[in-house]
Amino acid sequence: MSRIKSPAELEAFRKEILAQRDPDKPCITLCSGSACNATGSGKVAAALELEIEKQGVTTEVVSRRTGCHGFCEQGPIVVIYPQGICYLKVQPEDIAEIISETIKKQKIVERLLYVDPNSGERATLEEDIPFYKNQKRLVLGSNRKIDPRSLEDYLAVEGYQALTKVLFEMTPEQVVGEVKDAKLRGRGGAGFPSGLKWDFARKAPGDQKYVVVNCDEGDPGAYMDRSVMEGNPFAVLEGLMIGAYAIGANEGYIYVRQEYPLAVANLTVAIEKAEEYGLLGKDILGSGFDFTIKVHRGAGAFICGEETSLLNSLEGKAGEPNARPPFPAIRGLWTKPTNINNVETWANIPMIINKGAAFFSAIGTESSKGTKIFSLVGKVNNTGLVEVPMGASLRDIIFKIGGGVPGDKKFKAVQTGGPSGGCLPEGLLDTKVDFDELSQAGAMMGSGGMIVMDEDTCLVDIARYFLAFLSDESCGKCTPCREGIRQMLKILTNMTKGLAKEGDIDLLFELAEATKGSSMCALGKTAPNPVLSTLKHFREEYEAHINEKRCPSLSCKALIDFYIDPEKCKGCGACFRKCPAEAIEGGKKRIHVIVQDKCTKCGGCHEACPAAFDAVNILSGVPVPEATPEEARAIG
Amino acid sequence: MKKLLLKKEIDAFRLKAQTLEHPREMVVDLLRAIQDHYGWVPDEGVELTADILGVTPIEVEEVATFYDKIYRQPVGRYPIHICDSICCWTRGGEEIAAYLQKLLGIELGETTADGLFTLLPTCCLGGCGRAPSIMVGQRFHGNLTSEGLEQIIHELRAEAGG
Repeated sequence: MSRIKSPAELEAFRKEILAQRDPDKPCITLCSGSACNATGSGKVAAALELEIEKQGVTTEVVSRRTGCHGFCEQGPIVVIYPQGICYLKVQPEDIAEIISETIKKQKIVERLLYVDPNSGERATLEEDIPFYKNQKRLVLGSNRKIDPRSLEDYLAVEGYQALTKVLFEMTPEQVVGEVKDAKLRGRGGAGFPSGLKWDFARKAPGDQKYVVVNCDEGDPGAYMDRSVMEGNPFAVLEGLMIGAYAIGANEGYIYVRQEYPLAVANLTVAIEKAEEYGLLGKDILGSGFDFTIKVHRGAGAFICGEETSLLNSLEGKAGEPNARPPFPAIRGLWTKPTNINNVETWANIPMIINKGAAFFSAIGTESSKGTKIFSLVGKVNNTGLVEVPMGASLRDIIFKIGGGVPGDKKFKAVQTGGPSGGCLPEGLLDTKVDFDELSQAGAMMGSGGMIVMDEDTCLVDIARYFLAFLSDESCGKCTPCREGIRQMLKILTNMTKGLAKEGDIDLLFELAEATKGSSMCALGKTAPNPVLSTLKHFREEYEAHINEKRCPSLSCKALIDFYIDPEKCKGCGACFRKCPAEAIEGGKKRIHVIVQDKCTKCGGCHEACPAAFDAVNILSGVPVPEATPEEARAIG
Repeated sequence: MKKLLLKKEIDAFRLKAQTLEHPREMVVDLLRAIQDHYGWVPDEGVELTADILGVTPIEVEEVATFYDKIYRQPVGRYPIHICDSICCWTRGGEEIAAYLQKLLGIELGETTADGLFTLLPTCCLGGCGRAPSIMVGQRFHGNLTSEGLEQIIHELRAEAGG
């Protein structure tokens, strides 16, 4: 195929692709995102290819390796279209049956279907699975239908229609106006209105301008951008080009973190294809618009997700932030006006242009429009990527889509917004996902990590965890961030070790205020949030750690002891066999005793003790009772 | 002695540097190329990079020591990055890290005597739906158990031996 030189040629090519595709022909799609690849998606793909050949259905089915479907807990995932029959946890040995039964006889392979853990009911179709049913997948939706390396697949789902429309029917001002009217806000964390940002860059004086994709998704617990970049790179490219046209840029950079090799690989193929077909390069579609893209791989630094750090990193310097203003829109990459947006923001653009600002702004709340992708992880049944309209409640996301907390544990808190965000308790579960509402509640939208915690999670320890992360990742350029985080971390570590002093909470507030108010970039300014939000909602846990040296969640190892209740112990020996530290004294028909000096507090004995006996107790804040003397340990 | 880069690679970088308005933007690419070829970036690698890009060695050093995936010290053939992100941490990541240390007989940050493995903590691999996870070189492994880890190490040893 040679370069496509005009919108008419593009449409002719699209028609040709669609004409070759029979919508009724079975299409077997296999999730091949990073997560599924790691659990054997490659072997499943090989088996699929082999079996299609072996059973002689080469001409009757199409098979396609797609990006991440989002239901990572249940991968590898196979979906058969046009019906949308969804098979989960598919192994290579299941493939023969899928072909012989479902493809040849239209019969369902029951054992591969989703089973509702509560009702025991099976769901045949993807759309019937509660995890999918309650989502609105405007951005992620194409992931499961297209091969991320196929330009043809992208064209088949209206790809490059938005770019054509922009280049031939809209002025740059109109494009900026459309994004403004859509009220799209940046998906990277801060939620700044994208149209306004574009307008600043467009109006900034200068002949040379740049557009940049921020795919340095570093928040612990977040991987939305990875899946969009891996699964639908053409959408990001198209969005970026629309932005470039709007602000007057001819060069773009895509900054991808080192940890995402598959995203780089798929993106590289997409760029090569787009160049080959003339959808990148000089005089795109005969419009006179030129655009080139470079992919830049990060090398491992969380701070590079901050825009000024990212730009320094792109320039080949250490990825340290600069003070703002000036903002990148005025003085960015190599001092030129630069518009930088996150992956998900760019991926929303083609849809906004295709469907119009009115369509987009009709979804969501007053101040937050469209959908948002969250990575729902932690102590939740259905971990994975979920896309919901803005305004959905945390409760619906965690319980309707996520299926609640595993086991018979109780929900305790949800952390949104990564290390810059906050923890919200059960009482705030009806909070809506909305930039402003989440901030008011003491958390934040952030990039979209949503970490669910159950009753066994200690919130003081969680705050300590996030500060330890931030302390490692603070670049050290400004003192408030470098030292403020370090000192708060010291106090929190002491708390979890039972070494806290009275007045530590006040000191935490003081340090948090100073760090927040005087750090140079967002890393430091938001670093105290995990501490402040847990203090706000779980202050009694802090007080228990300080005053009673007690961890209410029975989680902080320095504050707990394992103790076998002599009244309940039946001398079965389960704990004795499990203990890796040889810290249990036992014997046949004898009460078992934990030697506290040897105990490493791994919890093995607690798990091993049969539920019917429930003899191993976890104590906190109280002394361990004297051990039963040797001579009194015989049972019965 | 092993070379930092092949002559033709050096030539290609020099040529590319001439075409760029800001050659310095290639610094990480060059350091990574040296690392891929040589295993890590020695002082000579920093000097070579500076020479190709027309900047001072200290400007390169600043970058090389800033990022944790650029190795300024020798590492094993298979650097293992153990994710200690929150999802991995709450799903047994510490146990996985402890088990690996025991299995290989080294602490975090150390390299095995046979020069095969280096253990490095990292955060976050973005494999949160598959926690706990590690990354060996550029290969991601998730949903790890002690058996799974043994299998991975076993396969890598076999690969290195064969």
